Amino acid sequence: MKMTGAEILVESLRKEGVDLLFGYPGGVLLGIYDTLFDSDIKHILPRHEQGGIHAADGYARATGKVGVCFGTSGPGATNLVTGICNAQMDSVPLVVLTGQVATSLIGGDAFQEADIIGITRPIVKHSYLISNPEEITTVIKEAFHIAASGRPGPVVIDLPKDIMAQKAEFKYPAKVDLPGYNPTVKGHLGQIKKMLRMMEGAKKPVIYMGGGVVISGANEEMAKVSELTGIPVISSFLGKGGIPGTHENYIGWLGMHGNYASNMAMAEPDFILAVGTRFSDRSTGRLDGFAPNATIAHIDVDPSSISKNVKIDVPIVGDVKAVLKQVLAEIEKYSWDKNLTSRKDWMAKIKAWDKKQPFGYDRKADIIKPQYVVESIYKVTKGEAIICTEVGQNQMWAGQFYKFKEPRQFISSGGLGTMGFGFPAAIGAKLGCPEKEVFDIAGDGSFMMNLQEICTAVQYNVAVKVAILNNKYLGMIRQWQNMFFNNRYSECCLDCQPDFVKLAESFNAVGMRIERKEDVEGAIRESLKIKDKPVIMDFCVDRDENVFPMIPAGAAVNEMLLK
Amino acid sequence: MRHTISVLVENKFGVLSRISGLFSGRGYNIESLSVNKTLEEGISIMTIVTSGDDAIIEQIIKQLRKLVNVLKVRDVSQMDHIEREMMLLKVRTEKTNRSEIFNIINTFRGKTIDITNNSLVVEITGAKDKLMAFVKVLEPYGIIEVGRTGAIALSRGSKPTTDFK
Repeated sequence: MKMTGAEILVESLRKEGVDLLFGYPGGVLLGIYDTLFDSDIKHILPRHEQGGIHAADGYARATGKVGVCFGTSGPGATNLVTGICNAQMDSVPLVVLTGQVATSLIGGDAFQEADIIGITRPIVKHSYLISNPEEITTVIKEAFHIAASGRPGPVVIDLPKDIMAQKAEFKYPAKVDLPGYNPTVKGHLGQIKKMLRMMEGAKKPVIYMGGGVVISGANEEMAKVSELTGIPVISSFLGKGGIPGTHENYIGWLGMHGNYASNMAMAEPDFILAVGTRFSDRSTGRLDGFAPNATIAHIDVDPSSISKNVKIDVPIVGDVKAVLKQVLAEIEKYSWDKNLTSRKDWMAKIKAWDKKQPFGYDRKADIIKPQYVVESIYKVTKGEAIICTEVGQNQMWAGQFYKFKEPRQFISSGGLGTMGFGFPAAIGAKLGCPEKEVFDIAGDGSFMMNLQEICTAVQYNVAVKVAILNNKYLGMIRQWQNMFFNNRYSECCLDCQPDFVKLAESFNAVGMRIERKEDVEGAIRESLKIKDKPVIMDFCVDRDENVFPMIPAGAAVNEMLLK
Repeated sequence: MRHTISVLVENKFGVLSRISGLFSGRGYNIESLSVNKTLEEGISIMTIVTSGDDAIIEQIIKQLRKLVNVLKVRDVSQMDHIEREMMLLKVRTEKTNRSEIFNIINTFRGKTIDITNNSLVVEITGAKDKLMAFVKVLEPYGIIEVGRTGAIALSRGSKPTTDFK
């Protein structure tokens, strides 16, 4: 039986197991939306395309499935650009479907025409322009495969209006045929043995755990490698949850606002096993001060991440989980007692650093400290909530004061640093994991960037909690101006802002304002009782609090400012 | 250091812009880029001449391999290889110096393909150094214009340079 392009598209999405997608209709998408009207795929209508794609991103990060979103041609598609780049930077599997004007009009500057394939070319894992209805099934099949396998990322598919109306037979391919795309899964055994020999001989080794451990679901394998060898684990920002934040071998998070012990430790190891990480500048600090005496082995599914920023001695290309399984199969053949004494001393030294300088703040202050809000959320949710963040101080405090038990519990825009990401991402995460509590730890600046999505959360009864750490500033901007620009607060002051309680109520959501420290915990507990709509909590926090420790731009990991 | 990289690609929508965009977006140099079909249906070959230190060349190769439509990437400079480019060159001539110019063309094994009372068009192939030497020798006579292809390259011997199967 022949079907229209739109019908083939929707049926192909069902074949890929899509049961939820985020989309905003438009002129060229009307045929597809007419088909979706009869489909059992749940469709979520955000109030802005950017909200839609961030929600798809949050859904993908929380569930491990591919996130799917639609935007119409022209502005609908260009509104997706930030979300596409965000997903590319943080390796999030998305299939992004954009409307396009009819093929006969392409290139003529038609109404709502934009060359979205050209615009997004540098920020996608791959992209397609559909040119006939026969190829739709193959393209969808390939797109989901490419998005989810290897190092995940966004795939854009541009759908010209006329092709969606043309008819073809529906034939869904059984497998993909991509001769130029074949990500390595298993690691090279010789390299693994070489790595293990180096690790065995190391006296001051560390494991540097990145987001790849979370993405590949290698949490158990990662913990086992650390436990069997007694090697401390230091994570990147997005590596949080790779092993439990409460694990005795977990030292913390490395980088600009990571903990003292992790940063001090990274200045002097003799061996690093880096796992699924890309050595971002925010993690490494000034490169010549980053582990200058270490030999480094690096497991990563993306060969281009290896030796990109830091020279690697033992590259191991492969899926983190698969390679760590291989490592575990070999690990008993090596003697982990050989340098036990020096390693125990090393671990003790790191723990002493941590004891000397843990994350902290003035706990006796009468005013609400933003860190106290995060700590209270941790306490009330018993460390089991999914925590999304916006970008800036709120993000760093969320990273510092919430300990994650599991992978996929921490959802934050790490690479691109997208303000306005956290709230829609939280909506997507909650839709994907309805049994979990989902918080967006927000700043008043970031929250303003996508607050129209309160409407979406209300419409679909998404009970996310937003904790605005409201300091009436673009806090991280203020902090830098305070520390490095002589207190010249240029354009960082947000004195003019809405009444967030009334704002929430105007959307038929729940709004709370918390002005006293003693009310913080109660408000969070109260918010958990609300199961059918979003709760916006406006915490009036200390306006002048800064995030510490801090590695200033251009400094090395062990050159932190502590206050 | 100058490197010649041979890239076998699926001849799909946008593949050239993906590759050229990769170079511009990541700040890599392109000295020349030439593209054409191979004998295999749907497969094209690009020869890219670029420069950079070892780490940069390693990244260029890895980034190229990441592209879904790229089948094979080889750094031909690492192999015993032959590299050629072609140039068309239009030079001013006078009655008095024409035979002198012909001599030069013959020495460089060039071919005269158009001739008027006061000009010649020469076709010449070779490695870059040879072409540049040719230009230098003809410069005093007055070069009107040149057209150059980028370099193309193959390995020596019976094995294919970039075998994707």
